[in-house]
Amino acid sequence: MIQQLRTATLVLIALTILTGGIYPLLVTAIAQLAFPHQANGGLIRQGERVAGSELIGQPFSGPHYFWGRLSATVPFPYNAAASSGSNFGPLHPGLKEAAEARIAALRAAGSPAGAIPVDLVTASASGLDPHISPAAAEFQVQRVAVSRRMSEDAVRELIGQSTEGRQLGVLGEPRVNVLQLNLALDRLQAK
Amino acid sequence: MTAAGLLQVGIYLGVLLACVKPLGSYMAKVYSGSAPLLEGVVGPLERLLYRLCGVDKSAEMTWRQYALAVLAFSLASFIAVYAWQRTQGWLPLNPQALPAVSPDSAFNTAVSFTTNTNWQGYGGETTMSYLTQMLALTVQNFVSAAAGMAVLMALIRGFTRHTSHTIGNFWVDLLRGTLYIFLPLSLVLAPLLVSQGVVQTFAASHEVRLLQPTVDAEGKKVTTQAIAVGPAASQIAIKQLGTNGGGFFNVNSSHPLENPTPLSNFLELLAILLIPAALCHTFGELVGDRRQGWALLAAMLVIFAPLLASTTICEQSGNPLLAQLGADQAASDSQPGGNMEGKENRFGIANSTLWAVATTAASNGSVNSMHDSYTPLGGLVPMWLMQLGEVVFGGVGSGLYGMLLFAIVAVFLSGLMVGRTPEYLGKKLGAFEMKMASLAILFPCAMVLVGTAVAISSDSGRETIFNTGPHGFSEVLYAFSSAGNNNGSAFAGLGANTPFYNGLLGLSMLVGRFWVMLPVLAIAGSLASKKSVPVGPGTLPTHTPLFVVLLVAVVIVVGALSFFPALALGPIVEHLLMAAAL
Amino acid sequence: MTRTTTRLFDRKILLDAIAASFWKLDPRVQLRNPVMFAVYLGSILTTILWLHSLTATTGESSSFVLGVAIWLWFTVLFANFAEAIAEGHGKAQAASLKKSRTTVVARKLTGSAPGKHVQSEDVPATDLKIGDVVIVKAGETIPADGEVVEGVASVDESAITGESAPVVRESGGDRSSVTGGTRVISDWLVIQVRTLPGQSFLDRMIAMVEGAKRQKTPNEIALAILLAALTLIFLLVAATLLPYSIYSVQASGQGMAISLTVLVALFVCLAPTTIGALLSAIGIAGMNRLSQANVIAMSGRAVEAAGDVDVLLLDKTGTITLGNRQATRFIPASGTTERELAEAAHLASMADETAEGRSIAVLAKRQFGLRGRELERIQPHFVPFSARTRMSGVTLEGHEIRKGAAEAVETHVRSLGGFLPEDVRAAVQEIARSGGTPLVVSRDDLVLGVIELKDIVKGGIKERFAELRQMGIKTVMITGDNPLTAAAIAAEAGVDDFLAEATPEAKLSLIRDYQRGGRLVAMTGDGTNDAPALAQADVAVAMNSGTQAAKEAGNMVDLDSNPTKLIEIVNIGKQLLMTRGSLTTFSIANDVAKYFAILPAAFATTYPALKAFDLMRLSSPSSAILSAVIFNALVIIALVPLALKGVAYRPVGAAQLLRNNLLVYGVGGLGVPFIGIKVIDLLLSAVGLA
Repeated sequence: MIQQLRTATLVLIALTILTGGIYPLLVTAIAQLAFPHQANGGLIRQGERVAGSELIGQPFSGPHYFWGRLSATVPFPYNAAASSGSNFGPLHPGLKEAAEARIAALRAAGSPAGAIPVDLVTASASGLDPHISPAAAEFQVQRVAVSRRMSEDAVRELIGQSTEGRQLGVLGEPRVNVLQLNLALDRLQAK
Repeated sequence: MTAAGLLQVGIYLGVLLACVKPLGSYMAKVYSGSAPLLEGVVGPLERLLYRLCGVDKSAEMTWRQYALAVLAFSLASFIAVYAWQRTQGWLPLNPQALPAVSPDSAFNTAVSFTTNTNWQGYGGETTMSYLTQMLALTVQNFVSAAAGMAVLMALIRGFTRHTSHTIGNFWVDLLRGTLYIFLPLSLVLAPLLVSQGVVQTFAASHEVRLLQPTVDAEGKKVTTQAIAVGPAASQIAIKQLGTNGGGFFNVNSSHPLENPTPLSNFLELLAILLIPAALCHTFGELVGDRRQGWALLAAMLVIFAPLLASTTICEQSGNPLLAQLGADQAASDSQPGGNMEGKENRFGIANSTLWAVATTAASNGSVNSMHDSYTPLGGLVPMWLMQLGEVVFGGVGSGLYGMLLFAIVAVFLSGLMVGRTPEYLGKKLGAFEMKMASLAILFPCAMVLVGTAVAISSDSGRETIFNTGPHGFSEVLYAFSSAGNNNGSAFAGLGANTPFYNGLLGLSMLVGRFWVMLPVLAIAGSLASKKSVPVGPGTLPTHTPLFVVLLVAVVIVVGALSFFPALALGPIVEHLLMAAAL
Repeated sequence: MTRTTTRLFDRKILLDAIAASFWKLDPRVQLRNPVMFAVYLGSILTTILWLHSLTATTGESSSFVLGVAIWLWFTVLFANFAEAIAEGHGKAQAASLKKSRTTVVARKLTGSAPGKHVQSEDVPATDLKIGDVVIVKAGETIPADGEVVEGVASVDESAITGESAPVVRESGGDRSSVTGGTRVISDWLVIQVRTLPGQSFLDRMIAMVEGAKRQKTPNEIALAILLAALTLIFLLVAATLLPYSIYSVQASGQGMAISLTVLVALFVCLAPTTIGALLSAIGIAGMNRLSQANVIAMSGRAVEAAGDVDVLLLDKTGTITLGNRQATRFIPASGTTERELAEAAHLASMADETAEGRSIAVLAKRQFGLRGRELERIQPHFVPFSARTRMSGVTLEGHEIRKGAAEAVETHVRSLGGFLPEDVRAAVQEIARSGGTPLVVSRDDLVLGVIELKDIVKGGIKERFAELRQMGIKTVMITGDNPLTAAAIAAEAGVDDFLAEATPEAKLSLIRDYQRGGRLVAMTGDGTNDAPALAQADVAVAMNSGTQAAKEAGNMVDLDSNPTKLIEIVNIGKQLLMTRGSLTTFSIANDVAKYFAILPAAFATTYPALKAFDLMRLSSPSSAILSAVIFNALVIIALVPLALKGVAYRPVGAAQLLRNNLLVYGVGGLGVPFIGIKVIDLLLSAVGLA
């Protein structure tokens, strides 16, 4: 047993150096050389300022911005330092309350009546989902257009620019990057 | 199930099955002593490690020595992982200046990672320093997986050797698995993941000014967002390949920086089932009858496919209560629809359920959607897959040796039914094998049932249950199903980072790992010492559809009979209540 | 041959078994069977709960608790009954054997010189020791198993074989062994005692069938472990359901926690009680079937091993072929007519009283109407067969007529100046090739031709071998013949392989070869020279007519001395395993329906929504639970006949067999309880019990 423990310790040390030290350093080197943008979080830079990440959503509430998914992170939504889902079970009262509150907010902000795409009333898994469905974007077109005094078609054109289709034509779901869409809206109007 | 969803599942299974044969054959070569493909590169490193660690490559071990080596290595690993967590505050590569992990959480995590469970009681980005993530967690992702594979190889040698006292050398199996299989595959996968946006950096988190400020729970204005990053890709690659599942971030593979695109999702999914599926072929090659391996793979797929279909259908049909509120849950070209609570838009329904079913089939506890928020029956499937003993693909090595235990029971029953002392792959199965197989099946099962009972009977267990009604019960049942079967997946609403759960779940993980592993090694030893019986016309063939059906039946019946009452009081009654609430 | 058969439910056996069911409630007896012991404890617990419900308000009707308690006791009693009735059948067989074991007075010889025993003293048979020599005269019972050292006598062995015709026992050779308890009918025998009193075959046989010496077989132990594990799982399932239920009551805010009575009922229904209750009965019944086939097994292990046999070694003579070769053809040499040859052959065989010799006379008579001549007139001089010349024949009217093996006759005629014609040599070879034995006939220096002697393969044997092949058993014929002859007979009989020119050593090494290859070998044997091979074989059936040495070496003795009995033994071994496997499957499959009956009922107040699972639409929660418990008890009784008779075995491939049994006992096991429980529920509500 002593002999086995000795070998165990030696093997563990060797493998710790190899798989815990050399391996991640090697991957980091490859990553930073080959994919520096992606490896550092896909940051969106506006001049000196970091406006966010292509992959991390931000909270939006005004009528002039497109809203993303509900976020259950604490202590504030879209807290990218502590990702979290809501973990509401299908019958949890909180699920209903959150959905009702979102629906009320959407209506109050001037969204049209009618069925609301489900991703707008549910929290994402990570609390950081940067996307909404094209249907959810379309649902908000009228409100944003009115609020920004733009034509709906102009808004739709921006949506089109921020929409990603299925990857390689088949994988995943079509989706709209909310932060990039809102940044594009602001950029357009700033001109 | 939508057409686009079906297509993606089809592509996934197609690619997976296409990889089975080449990778399976390669692994067979690795464990039978030759690896022509990488010998030139890895060979010198392998020999260097043997020399440094004082391992005699040709020394064979009896099953007891082998078991002792596994235990010694797990003990050393446990101590190391515990120590790294407790001292991280004083160590470098800790840009967020995270303090030492609490003793109970550190215990739980140390058990979790050395047992290949990778249950996350903690939130990665808020608890673990980069150094801990690398030296403690990434290392264990490699070696606990390689240890599982080693034990499988020992069992396979039990079948292939006859009248032998030894079943191989643990250190050689451990090192070769790490060097020839996990490291090369990880080195390929990690950069691919980075290309999709998985972070790999030692920088501290990024401060981002929010486009639109928001308010926190106390009404204070929040204007910035700190984006946690870190050396994630290197860990994610091995976390999936080694069916570990412990994520870099709290929300695991639903985090956009851990799983940013549908393609990264596809690659990670592939990595999850890749080795467990290919091991079936490795098994077939090593026992000298490939059909035996295909039969086991077929049995796994036969269980996998319908369960995937049912959970997808449940999730796609959505939550009727949200429909009542006016949510549109119908799938269309412009939205995935269905039950989107706890799911990410880039994955939609099909990729979320495929992930949920694949990760709980394999003992990969990672999530890309929140299982706690699944519809009752949609959530029942992942829970039940774990309760089946993690044998449908299962953990690398551990899944297949678990399945072989069930095969032993199935062979025993069918042997009796055809009037012959049961034999599997030429080995007669006697009382000793049945005793060990029964123990290995019994203990994890008992741990789940008893652990759940203890938790819901105690105040400290009930305190941190998040959901109400039967769903709260499901949360606890899910946690123990996950820990007792070394999966690591969670109904994450349960506040499990308490001394109570850290301790009890830690115990469950130990039982789930070693109370299966040790009997398996004992069986390996016993089988190796037996004579090999040639196949005759009276031998029941174990590669036929009939045997596959029987094996599936045994797995399902044991799982169903053991957990039906518990499931009835959790997800099943919740489903009935949900239906009745309309 | 008469066999000791008892009807399945003989009145006497039935009554005894019922009484024994109660005796077996002794906890020490119950402890032997873990599954049933758990039920036993459950019965005690529910009885206590019933007593408690009489004095305190428990929220549960005491009649319901009583109902459950009673039926749990019935479950235990039914299991006891199954075992008792199997034992009863064994005892009935043993009793008839015991009758022959009356106290016998033995005449022990005390004189020392062999053949000159002058003194004898009467001692009780129980005082005999190994090596003692006794004399048994006509009308007396042989006091112990032994070896005949002197004398020839006819012995009535009906006590052990059921065969009424007496058999001859004589010193030397393969008919020298006698069994204690059998009776000398004529003449006398001097016997050397070979076993201690109480250990004779009769004693062992009685012990075997009575089950006193019954040890668990390897597969039975393995199955018992699996069943114990399942029992533990279900114990945990039931036990943890209590806290689950308490939590559920809190979570739903209604109803009452599941009661202990219901938990015990659930546990007993889920535990593999059906197979647990019948397990030992199946084992005993297997041994009974074996002794009904007039085979004594030295251990249950041997019976189980018989089911696993891969290779069957069979002696050619007596097993595959009729005991003797018969003349089938006369082939004359050129220049000789067939009749001439037949006549000479007939003459040469006149005094040959062997079966072969007789068959030559019979053939000559049939083909040419030849009859025995008046031997007086021609004054024949018969020359008997001698090992030196390897010929026999007759010298008459100055002519030497001889018949014998080709080489022997060739030597003979050459010495007289003759030769063996080529056409005869060709005929000899052709006969040998086709598996026959050629006998060449000569008159003086002239070779007249060849007689073909052939082994006659027993009718129906080919089909039996085909059956064995279907069962996955390889047959190997053992013969002293040359390879050519052996190959031809092997082909005709349809055996898979043969061992020609077999010596005891060759036999032994053949068995070892097969065993090294992992095969399980069965063989039959009777002679002393078979003993090493018998000892080596995994399943060795010694003929009761054989020598003591053979019997000691074997692990079974066939009292009928029928070499094809092995096939029957294999069947019994397989049946034994199949019955266990099938009932295990049935038992576990039953659980599904029981869940559907009990769970909705158990949570009727907490989660009425679970009523959706009440597929059988049972009349009330208490009736549902009681019906499941009653079904669980009754199914044991219903399956007792099956346990005793064994699941039918048909020689089809393993896969086919598995498919059939899975369909009947697996799928059937799923469906039957749904119907059974529903019917019981209807009856209960009809009589107003629920």
